[in-house]
Amino acid sequence: MTARTPSQAPDPRPQGTVRRSLARGEHWIWLTGAALAVCLLMIGGLIGVVIYNGADYFWPHRLAQADLADDDKVLGVLIRSESFREPVPDQEGVYEVKVRTQFKVGNRDVDNADFKWLRDEDFSNLRYPADAVALEREEYGDFYGYLTAILDGSDVAAEGTAAWNLLRQHHGEARALAREETRILKKEIGDVNQIILDAEVRIKRAERTMAEGAERDAEIAEARVIIDQQQERFEQLKAAAAEKGEQSRRWVAVMQTVNEEEVEVPLAMIVRAFQPNQMSLGAKAGHYLGKVWEFLSGEPRESNTEGGILPAIFGTVFMTLIMSIAVVPFGVVAAFYLREYARQGPFVRAVRIAVNNLAGVPSIVFGVFGLGFFVYFVGGTIDHLFYPDVLPTPTYGTGGVLWASLTLALLTVPVVIVATEESIAAVPRGAKEGSLALGASKFQTICRVVLPASIPGILTGLILAIARGAGEVAPLMITGVVKLAPNLPVDGDYPFVHLDRKFMHLGFHIYDVGFQSPNVEAAKPMVFTTALLLLAVVALLNIVAIYIRDRLRKKFQTGAFS
Amino acid sequence: MNAPANVDAMTEPRQASLPVTVGHPDRSLPEDLDGRHPPLIHVRGLSLHYATNKALDDVHLTIREKLVTAFIGPSGCGKSTLLRCFNRMNDLIDKVHIDGQVLIKGQDIHHAGQDVIELRKKVGMVFQKSNPFPKSIYENIAYGLRIAGVNARQVLDETVEASLRSAALWDEVKDRLHSSALGLSGGQQQRLCIARAIAIKPEIILMDEPASALDPVATGKIEDLILDLKRNFTIVIVTHNMQQAARISDFTAFFYLGKLIEFDTTRTIFTNPSNKQTEDYVTGRFG
Repeated sequence: MTARTPSQAPDPRPQGTVRRSLARGEHWIWLTGAALAVCLLMIGGLIGVVIYNGADYFWPHRLAQADLADDDKVLGVLIRSESFREPVPDQEGVYEVKVRTQFKVGNRDVDNADFKWLRDEDFSNLRYPADAVALEREEYGDFYGYLTAILDGSDVAAEGTAAWNLLRQHHGEARALAREETRILKKEIGDVNQIILDAEVRIKRAERTMAEGAERDAEIAEARVIIDQQQERFEQLKAAAAEKGEQSRRWVAVMQTVNEEEVEVPLAMIVRAFQPNQMSLGAKAGHYLGKVWEFLSGEPRESNTEGGILPAIFGTVFMTLIMSIAVVPFGVVAAFYLREYARQGPFVRAVRIAVNNLAGVPSIVFGVFGLGFFVYFVGGTIDHLFYPDVLPTPTYGTGGVLWASLTLALLTVPVVIVATEESIAAVPRGAKEGSLALGASKFQTICRVVLPASIPGILTGLILAIARGAGEVAPLMITGVVKLAPNLPVDGDYPFVHLDRKFMHLGFHIYDVGFQSPNVEAAKPMVFTTALLLLAVVALLNIVAIYIRDRLRKKFQTGAFS
Repeated sequence: MNAPANVDAMTEPRQASLPVTVGHPDRSLPEDLDGRHPPLIHVRGLSLHYATNKALDDVHLTIREKLVTAFIGPSGCGKSTLLRCFNRMNDLIDKVHIDGQVLIKGQDIHHAGQDVIELRKKVGMVFQKSNPFPKSIYENIAYGLRIAGVNARQVLDETVEASLRSAALWDEVKDRLHSSALGLSGGQQQRLCIARAIAIKPEIILMDEPASALDPVATGKIEDLILDLKRNFTIVIVTHNMQQAARISDFTAFFYLGKLIEFDTTRTIFTNPSNKQTEDYVTGRFG
């Protein structure tokens, strides 16, 4: 208690609890707080759902076996249970509430469906047999069943427990041989094909540009020799690849489904073999990390529903970088002209409004523009001028990472212009006058005083542009994104950076896997994991940009001018 | 904007009818004024409009070499505007219309053939708010040289030291030349701006209320510096502080509502003004 009692002075404020709290605006504080809470809840919920569904995908779940009617059995991973209303037979409009459980039963090649819904009343004796085996295969998805034997060629090499040990023993070697086969087919034969294509272009160019005569004939003959040599090499490589393939398929696992149908799986086709019901927690964690690593660093399999998404991660980051390189100089120069050189008046005001509104144009419109202008016009012109010998096969006259990036740059340039203009306007007048009074020209003043001081603002613009650009999908679909790109836009082949190549993108990957996949149910976890990764990539790009901005802000701090 | 500055100008010298001591005892003007301090700037019939707003009205004025000329008057009287005419800083403002002439060494600086950049190298400026660049102390001084294309390390080093010495700042900053100029105190920053102006060796230094944001000690240092710089530079200073004008200037011009009311030696303006308005202003009876 203080010495002065507050009740002595009459309170001039409105009387009554409600009126007093209204006067203080307490309801507004509550309202604004609640609005913020709802926003946070929505964002948190979104991220939570994505993490919950995405993170679970790689965990090796136990295989459950149950008995059905007619001596049938089921073996698979329990996905979820739900209650549902089933119409009672013969009684119209009457329903009965029942519980059903979804099993992931795998074995697409045997049963045609990966998933099964079973009413709980229809199965019994749920158990987890220790020797149940799960196989991740290169084709047909997962296999759940039991290992009966290992074949060496056509002879039985081992049965029972010995078979499992033999499988583990030879699995790595078979996989290595299979990888070697793929490498020869993709890389070496690809190189040979490229040399043959180049030689064919040489012949075309000679026919087009050189006068008839001995010189031209010699040139063409030389190219023909190259083609013949390479064709020979092609045959050799094909034979070598076939041999490796043959060797890799030497060991075959004989598997049995729970309903005793036999399936033979060459060890080379097995990505992973494991007995989830026997695995310790540590083994499961190791399995989990291995799968996460495969997801981050591997190539997609099975029409993108399995395997990794490295090409999509790389494509997204690479495209965003090219976009940033294009959008920043363009936007900054435009903003400087608007703010520093253009005569302020109704026209400049109209331009500014138009630029701001450009940010609101639907992105697919930019995509159509990018297709028409960049791909067909610019790319087509480049092809006619620089790559006439490969026509009609387009080089730049088709969608590619460069055109997609430029389209996105166009989409995000208003953001950069607006942010840059604001940061230029915030440069104190005193700084500019101080420079001009020392005999600096306007250009020198802009370069040495205004530009450095507005760099943090420019980077804010870039951050917003990245945030918008990295998540954009619609305009990319028609300017260069593909479901599966054979090569990354950057690789070891000269000239190392291939801006004309088509690329993969996380956003498009989500759309493709989730909605274009032949097996939507199996692809669902992949959608969440990819979404999680897209969020992470965008966040990471932003964090890097924010870090750079904060460092520069300290360097060019202008507090003393204000 | 008007009111507080007026109050400030009126309250300070109110204690006595002529409260200010004029100049230093040893600082009387020489006999052969035209020989030792020839006229440098001639202002002839200068009028200036901001859009339709008349800021200067037919000003005639002569500023002599290597003396300090002070412009006094209430806010909005046009003294800063006139100052900014001398290095054409008014060019930066849209819709400015100028009539009449400003001649520096006989050359009309508003003439079409005048190179503004050359003019600003000859006529330096120090602003009311210190405005060092967010660079090191060294780079602040070197800025004027660098934009003129001087990059030789030795020249820069020498100029930086000489300028800082002239601005009486060398001893305070010589150990941290490469740290940020924004770490200096307000008075040091203002002296840095003066050093920056000196570095490009101008003939005239314009000062727009250089000490109005500083405490008395820092102000004293700036005033000492101005008296020191007078030996090598012609200084034109705008000030609200009449004691300051009396202490440091040789000539004083009193402006009111865009007109030059009276221009004479500082001693005359403060002791024996011929105009009633001037007398009212310098004695604080203005109103």
